[in-house]
Amino acid sequence: MNPGIVTVSYIGATILFILALGGLSNQETARRGNMYGIIGMFIALAATIAGVTGNIGILIGGLLIGGSVGLVLAKRVQMTEMPELVAILHSLVGLAAVLVGFANFMDPVSHHTGIELTIHDIETYLGILIGAVTFSGSIIAFGKLSGKITGNPMLIPGRHWLNLGLLLITIYVCKMFVDQSAAGHGEGLIPLLIMTGIALLFGIHMVMAIGGADMPVVVSMLNSYSGWAAAATGFMLSNDLLIVTGALVGSSGAILSYIMCRAMNRKFLSVIAGGFGTTSGSSAAAAEGEQGEVVALDPHEVAQLLNDSKEIMIIPGYGMAVAQAQHIVYEITKALRAKKINVRFGIHPVAGRMPGHMNVLLAEARVPYDIVYEMDEINDDFPNIDVSIVIGANDIVNPSAQTDPNSPIAGMPVLECWKGQTTIVLKRSMATGYAGVQNPLFFKENTRMLFGDAGKSLDAVFKSL
Amino acid sequence: MKIGIPKEVHAGERRVATTPEVAGQLIKKLGFEVAIQSGAGVAANFGDSAYAEAGVTVVGDAKAIWDNSDIILKVRAPEFNPELKSEEVDLLHENQILITFLWPAQNPDLLKKLSEKKVTALAMDSIPRISRAQKMDALSSMANIAGYRAVVEAAQHFGRFFTGQITAAGKIPPAKVMVIGAGVAGLSAIGAANSMGAIVRAFDTRPEVKEQVESMDAEFLELEFEEEGSGTGGYAKVMSKEFIEAEMALFAEQAKEVDIIITTALIPGKPAPELILEDMVKSMKDGSVIVDLAAEQGGNCKLTQAGQVVQVHGVSIIGYTDLPSRLPTQSSQLYGTNLRHLLTDMCPEKDGKVVVNFEDEVVRGATVVKNGEITWPPPEPKLSAAPPKPAEEPASELVVETEEKPSWLGPAISLGIGGLALFGLGAVAPASFMAHFTVFVLACFVGYMVIWNVSPALHTPLMSVTNAISSIIIIGALLQISSGEKIIMWLAGLAVLITAINIAGGFAVTRRMLEMFRK
Repeated sequence: MNPGIVTVSYIGATILFILALGGLSNQETARRGNMYGIIGMFIALAATIAGVTGNIGILIGGLLIGGSVGLVLAKRVQMTEMPELVAILHSLVGLAAVLVGFANFMDPVSHHTGIELTIHDIETYLGILIGAVTFSGSIIAFGKLSGKITGNPMLIPGRHWLNLGLLLITIYVCKMFVDQSAAGHGEGLIPLLIMTGIALLFGIHMVMAIGGADMPVVVSMLNSYSGWAAAATGFMLSNDLLIVTGALVGSSGAILSYIMCRAMNRKFLSVIAGGFGTTSGSSAAAAEGEQGEVVALDPHEVAQLLNDSKEIMIIPGYGMAVAQAQHIVYEITKALRAKKINVRFGIHPVAGRMPGHMNVLLAEARVPYDIVYEMDEINDDFPNIDVSIVIGANDIVNPSAQTDPNSPIAGMPVLECWKGQTTIVLKRSMATGYAGVQNPLFFKENTRMLFGDAGKSLDAVFKSL
Repeated sequence: MKIGIPKEVHAGERRVATTPEVAGQLIKKLGFEVAIQSGAGVAANFGDSAYAEAGVTVVGDAKAIWDNSDIILKVRAPEFNPELKSEEVDLLHENQILITFLWPAQNPDLLKKLSEKKVTALAMDSIPRISRAQKMDALSSMANIAGYRAVVEAAQHFGRFFTGQITAAGKIPPAKVMVIGAGVAGLSAIGAANSMGAIVRAFDTRPEVKEQVESMDAEFLELEFEEEGSGTGGYAKVMSKEFIEAEMALFAEQAKEVDIIITTALIPGKPAPELILEDMVKSMKDGSVIVDLAAEQGGNCKLTQAGQVVQVHGVSIIGYTDLPSRLPTQSSQLYGTNLRHLLTDMCPEKDGKVVVNFEDEVVRGATVVKNGEITWPPPEPKLSAAPPKPAEEPASELVVETEEKPSWLGPAISLGIGGLALFGLGAVAPASFMAHFTVFVLACFVGYMVIWNVSPALHTPLMSVTNAISSIIIIGALLQISSGEKIIMWLAGLAVLITAINIAGGFAVTRRMLEMFRK
């Protein structure tokens, strides 16, 4: 096919991808944005496939099988399992980057010499490196999110030194690889394999050290990595479409991670360095002694409290996702709104295990998005709220983030539900949140607890309304 | 130590400083000895025998009580005792402790006399209004009773029901009650009038009590006027002239409409503000009632006569100054309990010995004379009910400033390093690479610009769509799949398979999520 037409197709695809990302930043245009993405991808594929000269059978087979597996996955997945799905999909991008990198390395039709060869080798090396880190990191993130691996950070002593050592080894192996590759074509497979192994280990180690509460950051960070992997592959193949798309995805993921970090008032580096929730366990334990009593209610009393109020704020957390309680939450919301009670939702940016997790769940339950508010929009309203219902959230409503400078979550912006008249907290038990911090909210005078599985408790509340 | 309770001598005073129940606890829990003058509690329906049963010594002679007690508990400030033909102050002797209402601001002469007698005197009305001292706050206890009784008095002089009814004999409209001043007494009056079925409105210069008024199910009357009326210690302060004019207009309008006005407006250390003028009284319906709880301090109504009920322009104006005393059993019980809490505070060892500890903010505030030395007025209480607002804001601004200043250095350094690195790259890299690199850097910026304003609700769909888009890596696999080398073909084929999963899955799941978002 005419290279000019291919280039034009690539430009078209690039523009469509940019439009897709732009569209996704707003509710009204989001669906259109997704459509742009699909069209862009279709154009890029068509233009490239037109240039394919052999092995069409494998190509078609791969596309069909892969495509149908993807569609089935997308259909079957529960909205609460969204973070896991996104994580596992990231790992696929990483794996693909590794495979393409190796394939490119083995490709005999290479025409680079001198400094160009060195740069090309480094590009290949980096592409595989980032791909491998993304792959193993995403697998571990998937394991943590789906509960197959414990959410607690695994901290190897001297882990920062270990990481630094791995980095130095990688650089040394890179030099080895470049030298061997320059010596003769096809050489250098062994350094490449060594590096891949190290990168895989590094990915595992990095995500293992990050606590469950930081998962939203990790997921968006891996998203960013998968973009960089694509960009590095683009450099390797001298393909601008890959570079642009990779850079777009990479920077958008990085910005999402940054937004998440800011929502938790934590430094990006300290999230990556890991160990959240273990460092100041002693101060949390020391504070536990003077907590006071909790007041528990039964569902019937909660229903009465709700019926008697005018302004209600619902604050969902990961517990709502676990209990699959979003549907009954909306049933209650509808019933209360029918009684002219103003029910709204307050969403903390890091509620759940993935950026925007709660919004997706509420959308699944068909909660209209104009009664769903972000933390910054509604935090000043709490003094006017009669009842706040905290469903399976903990750290995001912890007043010690503001009051206790020694708390591990000190300085993190939180939803100030305790400023309202009454707060009802739905919880399975008095266990601490992911950050492992005790929550003084539960012991406040205007806080009431409703113990039990959120779904069942809310069912009972709904019946008594 | 011995506690003595003499009979109140003020004409018409029916209260007594302790009840049998309170006395019993003073004896059993705190280890005091308690003696009471015979008949002291009769007017409050506490007979001598009830006291005797609680372990109190009943003494027939008032003089004996004054002479033999270490602590004297009273309700009213000391005055002339007609029975003993002597001033009560003169009955005190050195080192005695007197605990009662004293009104030190109004009675400087009394303070002087007390100091001459070298006694220690605690004024129940001077207990600071801090949270810890609420259980000793006799002013609140009495105000609560006065508010309730004000409604009862109003009901007695009001010729109609409070509640509205539809009866076979016709429709009865509910009475409309306006309460001015929503302090303890005002709120209590609101509650009492409400529970009798009246429509209650309330006015106060302090905007923060609006919530309390509304929590009692009364309507809060508001002025279209911005002025903060909160003084220190939870009391009201004097308002500006404009505010008072607006306020008077509101009252004049309400006076035509309401049946009962209960006024409780007081400003500490000042005569009561005059709020209900003769014109307003004239404009009220015949048979209406005004209860003026500020009668003792001059009255909120111009026509009020302290201690009396007068009929002017067809309106009954009640100026009783002894409303708590008109519910003697209740007020004695609450006052006695307040006293007991104060004594508990002053007797930390529970051994019947009282310590006047000036480290204790409550005791310091209440003590007006200590061993003959006048210690009134006390220093300002540390904690006020409403924290001073203006002090907070500048502080937070300062913090912001100090945080931001040093931070420009970091970006500057990283910019410098980044610039140098780019320069180094440009020096060695070939032109073909630099072309791609330009594209790369520009794309990063485009990504940044496009994503920066993403609405947080869309983070998840955005991530799944970028995930699908990053599968563009399939292009790499497609370029390689035609290779003759088997291994390359298989590697590329596998890459195509998994990226295809990603493309289809990513776009489909995004679509599914976005379908769910709706207005």
